[in-house]
Amino acid sequence: MTNTIIRNIIRFFVLILVQVLIVKNIELGRFINPFVYVLFILMLPFETPKWLLLISSFILGLVIDMFYDTSGMHAAACVLMAYIRPGVLKLFSPRDGYEFGTQPSIQYLGIPWFLSYAGILVLTHHLVLFYIEIFRFSEFFSTFFRVIISSLFTIFLVVISQYLFQRKKDQE
Amino acid sequence: MRNLVEFITKNYFFFLFLILETFCISILIQNNKFQRASFVNSSSQISASVLSTSENIQQYFYLKSENERLAKENAELLSHDLLSFSVLVNGEYRVNDTIKRQKYTFTHAKVVNNSTNRRNNYLTLNKGSNQGVTNKMGVTSSSGVVGIVENVSENFCTVKSLLHSNTIINSKLKKDGTFGPLNWDGESFEYATLNDIPTHVRLFKGDTVVTSQYTLMFPENILIGTVDSYYRESTKPFYTVKIKLSTDFKKLSHVYIVDNKFRTEQEELEKKTEEGNK
Repeated sequence: MTNTIIRNIIRFFVLILVQVLIVKNIELGRFINPFVYVLFILMLPFETPKWLLLISSFILGLVIDMFYDTSGMHAAACVLMAYIRPGVLKLFSPRDGYEFGTQPSIQYLGIPWFLSYAGILVLTHHLVLFYIEIFRFSEFFSTFFRVIISSLFTIFLVVISQYLFQRKKDQE
Repeated sequence: MRNLVEFITKNYFFFLFLILETFCISILIQNNKFQRASFVNSSSQISASVLSTSENIQQYFYLKSENERLAKENAELLSHDLLSFSVLVNGEYRVNDTIKRQKYTFTHAKVVNNSTNRRNNYLTLNKGSNQGVTNKMGVTSSSGVVGIVENVSENFCTVKSLLHSNTIINSKLKKDGTFGPLNWDGESFEYATLNDIPTHVRLFKGDTVVTSQYTLMFPENILIGTVDSYYRESTKPFYTVKIKLSTDFKKLSHVYIVDNKFRTEQEELEKKTEEGNK
């Protein structure tokens, strides 16, 4: 149990540093802005208390906001994403529920499950984030295009990082 | 009352969500409205120190091109006779002259954080209120206009880049002085749009666009870019002109903060006049 908590705390800081120092500087055209740090919210264990889920996502968003100079945008998107997470988990739950002690990851539940789970959450996050950033409807379609492309890229990075994690676990 | 408490504890997840989300939106709105220094921006000490460390490391990769650019600039500056009269005060350059009063002073600053790929882009510089920077000062580089200072902390300031949906810079065509507002359409960091140029003006590709005499932040005739193409919307008697920016926002690392010494005086006078007319 403590092991899981420590691992999540470490993941929190590592993901922030990765996002701010590496991913922020990846510039693949104007339309692709991946936000890999949402992996933290995706990977929280199933039995995380709901209040902790909201609060930790809120803090994560706020820290990212500090680095991106976007007061409150990332925090708002993260909190909404955390809010719909339990609903999405329920929607995709296997017939006899989730096993205790497992994490919502590819290695426990397989690629199709993870893609639909991460897909919905990442898309929500990016939708909220990009539309708050624009704050007007005049550039509706170009923003929508940005949301789709960036989400695909984020999910791609998230899946890759899952495989890195998995290999590490087998060695332990 | 008891029912209410029960209701809230039962649905605490939803209420906590509402509270957090309201908080996020409120700081967001507040910052947009007042453009004021708030605690969540990269002027704040922790993130600024992390970013400046990372910037310090990155700078080594640009040393060569930066040196070449500086050498070129030095050679150009030395050829200006006036500079032999300059004295150095707190890293700020002033010119002593008995006939003319100095209107603008330039302070050198280093870019520690920069973005070009978002719709609203900001820069962070390593000069702040300790070095005499206040908000709404103009920022230029040796190749042209960069942006406007927005928030200031003790040792850092954030700059609303020209690549921001709310930045409007009053600019003019160098050849005949026709002026109009210039802003960024979000398409590419290399181009901006100049509006309201009357159709009787004959435009050519490559015409120079500079800051007009009506801006308070910048001296007149600071380079912005060159005309790339233009078109006319059928309903309006104006051209919309696409400007190729002279500043390469991807490569910015040394900039100058411009201080207009007469700014407050002019602003106060104008304010007084407006109030007098009400």
